[in-house]
Amino acid sequence: MDIKKETIASLHDKLVNKEVTAEELATDGLKQIKANEKKLNTFITVNDKAPEAAKAIDEKGIEGPLSGIPIAYKDNIVTEGIKTTAASKILYNFMPVYSATVLEKLQAAGAIDIGKTNLDEFAMGSSTETSYYGTSVNPWDFSRVPGGSSGGSAAAVAAGEVVAALGTDTGGSIRQPAAFNGIFGIKPTYGRVSRWGVIAFASSLDQVGVMSKRVEDSATVLSVIAGHDEHDSTSSEKEVPDYRANLSKDMSGVKIAVPKEFWHEGTHPDVLDNVNKALDAYKKMGATVEEVSLPSLKHAVEVYYILASSEASSNLQRYDGVRYGFRAKDVKNIKELFVNSRSEGFGDEVKRRIMLGTFALSAGAYDAYFKKAAEVRTIFIKEMTNVLKDYDLIMGPSTTTPAFKIGEKVDDPLAMYMNDILTIPANLAGLPAASVPAGLADGLPIGLQIIGRPFDEQAVFNAAYALQEENKFYEKIPTALKGED
Amino acid sequence: MNFETTIGLEVHVELKTKSKMYSPSPVAYGAESNINTNVIDFGFPGTLPTVNKNGYRLGVMVALALNAEIEHHTHFDRKNYFYPDNPKAYQITQQDKPLGHDGYIEIEVDGEKKKIGVEELHVEEDAGKNTHGNNGYSYVDLNRQGTPLIEIVSKPDMHSPEEAYQYLENLRKIVQFTGASDVKMEEGSMRVDTNISIRPVGSDTYGTKVELKNLNSFNHVKLGLAYEEKRQAAILKQDGKIGQETRRFDEKTGETFLMRVKSGADDYRYFPEPDLPDFDISPDWIAEIKAGLPETAAKRRERYINELGIPEYDAGVLTDTKEMSDFFDEAVSYKANPKLVSNWLMGEVNAYLNEKRIGLLDTKLTPEHLAKMINLISDGTISSKIAKKVFKETITNGTEPEEWVKSKGLVQESDPAVLKPMILEILDNNQQSIDDFKNGKDRAVGFLVGQIMKQTHGQANPKVVNKILMAELKSR
Repeated sequence: MDIKKETIASLHDKLVNKEVTAEELATDGLKQIKANEKKLNTFITVNDKAPEAAKAIDEKGIEGPLSGIPIAYKDNIVTEGIKTTAASKILYNFMPVYSATVLEKLQAAGAIDIGKTNLDEFAMGSSTETSYYGTSVNPWDFSRVPGGSSGGSAAAVAAGEVVAALGTDTGGSIRQPAAFNGIFGIKPTYGRVSRWGVIAFASSLDQVGVMSKRVEDSATVLSVIAGHDEHDSTSSEKEVPDYRANLSKDMSGVKIAVPKEFWHEGTHPDVLDNVNKALDAYKKMGATVEEVSLPSLKHAVEVYYILASSEASSNLQRYDGVRYGFRAKDVKNIKELFVNSRSEGFGDEVKRRIMLGTFALSAGAYDAYFKKAAEVRTIFIKEMTNVLKDYDLIMGPSTTTPAFKIGEKVDDPLAMYMNDILTIPANLAGLPAASVPAGLADGLPIGLQIIGRPFDEQAVFNAAYALQEENKFYEKIPTALKGED
Repeated sequence: MNFETTIGLEVHVELKTKSKMYSPSPVAYGAESNINTNVIDFGFPGTLPTVNKNGYRLGVMVALALNAEIEHHTHFDRKNYFYPDNPKAYQITQQDKPLGHDGYIEIEVDGEKKKIGVEELHVEEDAGKNTHGNNGYSYVDLNRQGTPLIEIVSKPDMHSPEEAYQYLENLRKIVQFTGASDVKMEEGSMRVDTNISIRPVGSDTYGTKVELKNLNSFNHVKLGLAYEEKRQAAILKQDGKIGQETRRFDEKTGETFLMRVKSGADDYRYFPEPDLPDFDISPDWIAEIKAGLPETAAKRRERYINELGIPEYDAGVLTDTKEMSDFFDEAVSYKANPKLVSNWLMGEVNAYLNEKRIGLLDTKLTPEHLAKMINLISDGTISSKIAKKVFKETITNGTEPEEWVKSKGLVQESDPAVLKPMILEILDNNQQSIDDFKNGKDRAVGFLVGQIMKQTHGQANPKVVNKILMAELKSR
């Protein structure tokens, strides 16, 4: 069956009414993924055992809302018995012996793991172009990137290969590809979802989130994966609401702050146009929209790249060729084993960030770089917190431009990094943030970013839902895929 | 030229926990390679650490026992370096705000008391173990990986190898009596790194620091440092320069040899561990740990002397190790005479341990059995001579003394109603001995006692026999 127009709720109804079995959903899903693969390259590994797992669910009987629903996982989420690569050569053969908490929770809810989606190597990138397994492409325009790093998950959802996929977001890796692909994507509050089993990029910034065409589908999934985990000391013990049941599109009296610094000089006019239209829509719904200032935003990219790269340089040291993953051949001693395995196993962007982070932490540079960046982060968190004392939500564009061309920025790291300027703030401050489709410009989707108070994912979902119900963007079929069936 | 020596010590002590510092794997020795491990210990992608609260508690105990201030708000840091036995390529430790700081240990050298400062103490995790086979392969065993350690960094307050020796001896004793660690150099639960430099007396800058490794006992520390003092002085006297280097002590020759020259400080790129949130150590928790600190060796020694009447020297020996002191206290708790318990432990028990080259806890002797045996002697049930037999049986086979004595018929005969008729009969048959006694020949008494012992198979109570015999001889 074709799931392009389906939602988790509609699939659930069909499963309950026996119009389709979970096994059929999984089998058809795999077929569709394989048919698209040559064009889109959204998956690194598909789970051929998905129909078998689905059959077991059929036999047990369909229960909760996710029972029998196929879900895709970004390939930096470890899955026992299914190869997990983080899109790196250094983990080209890595078979995990345990599963991430998010996977275990979804499996317990009956969801089917359909496969592992493409990403930038170790989630470092904004286009999937740094993947060892080739770039994924944007279903709206095959010559353009799907964004990144969760580009595979976003393109898979946009192309209707799955109704929902998990991504991770360290500096915008869920929201930017969601915007580029015309889908909804949410990065929850830092600590809302367990990081156990999520291959670390930058531990103080990484967070697992959900991507789907419909807001309500992400709400359903987030309620399942969120919550405290004894394996992750940074996970919160706060109770998890039923986001889906509490969804409301009532925006009356909601106070929205729009930081003037989000109107970045390099921002594309089409982006501004669509975001302004969305803000006007909120006003009509009874919300107030006011301009505020986040003066430290101008330092966000520097602060982010110093902190994220520093943590990454340490997190990625374990890939040394000794215990698992790629090991260089013909080495003479242990030093050569380390150096050659890492030199041959990592791609250029990963090496660039390891070097950057190693430098920022080194004895002579620590105070001027890592320490300074950590201090500025604290100032920045205060600025964001202060704004959120007076306002319920912060809004602005998710990206400065629509999806760019494949190859356009790959040789210009600085341009690529600047692309994250609007999404980084929510990571630095640990706030929940989403991107919801605001409209199309020249056939390319534009995303509106919604940032909420800590652990107030509900307000973010509600605002996104209100806009979704207004513009019904999910009815649109990606241009490049039209007539492809 | 006269020189002044400066010594600083870094001591790693293993904390006695059931599980590792940042993972739930068990801490245990002698297991097959890589058995006591999990995905965290292997540094698998996606794994995260969690803090062993009991490990931290033991660390606070040690810090308090060493008179240190406890840090109230702290965090962990990463120390980054590549090595095959270090699977994450970083060690989780405390660099920025260590668990404790500014403590001290009191020592006494040549009758002079002195406080040696403890700069700081922090908890961290041990590394695994690399071994190198004859087949060209190296092997990594991660069983030890993640074992909780506390590192105790002294101030450079020691000025002689003897002071360093005393510092270590007292440190060992203090930590051992908290129960937080076994502190055994030979088992690796205590490891010592030393830094030594010398400078001309009166100089206000320190000399070049040399690090000394491979010190497997306190005695080696003393010998190694003494060798270094001489070696460095000889170099300076010839206007030579001390190299900034790491040297290893060779126990066969007693000399130190160059291991590697240090080219600048190692850069471990320390930064706060992002996977473990900052945490508070509440004053209430510190107070609770402080209140629960076990009696120190010094306090026990005083108690033995003042309350139990044990001689000073003996009290010192009994409190040298926690094992011995605990054994003594438990035996005394079974109402055995403390002096006798002390005598037995220092005499027969120690002799036995030395002969067999084993530790107190390696035998089958229990404090309860020792106490019972001593009580059998005290109440006259067995003679000292029989006691030696009982002791041998109990320490070798763990036999319960009271029942064994009964079943073997070793109970001493002290009843005059039984002994008197026997004595009278022997006297009646040995008129010659009576005459000898009357003529002042004391040897006769020995002969008569011998006859009685022979007839009772050695079980007659000598005191009772003597009393009856003397009274009878005098009356005849």
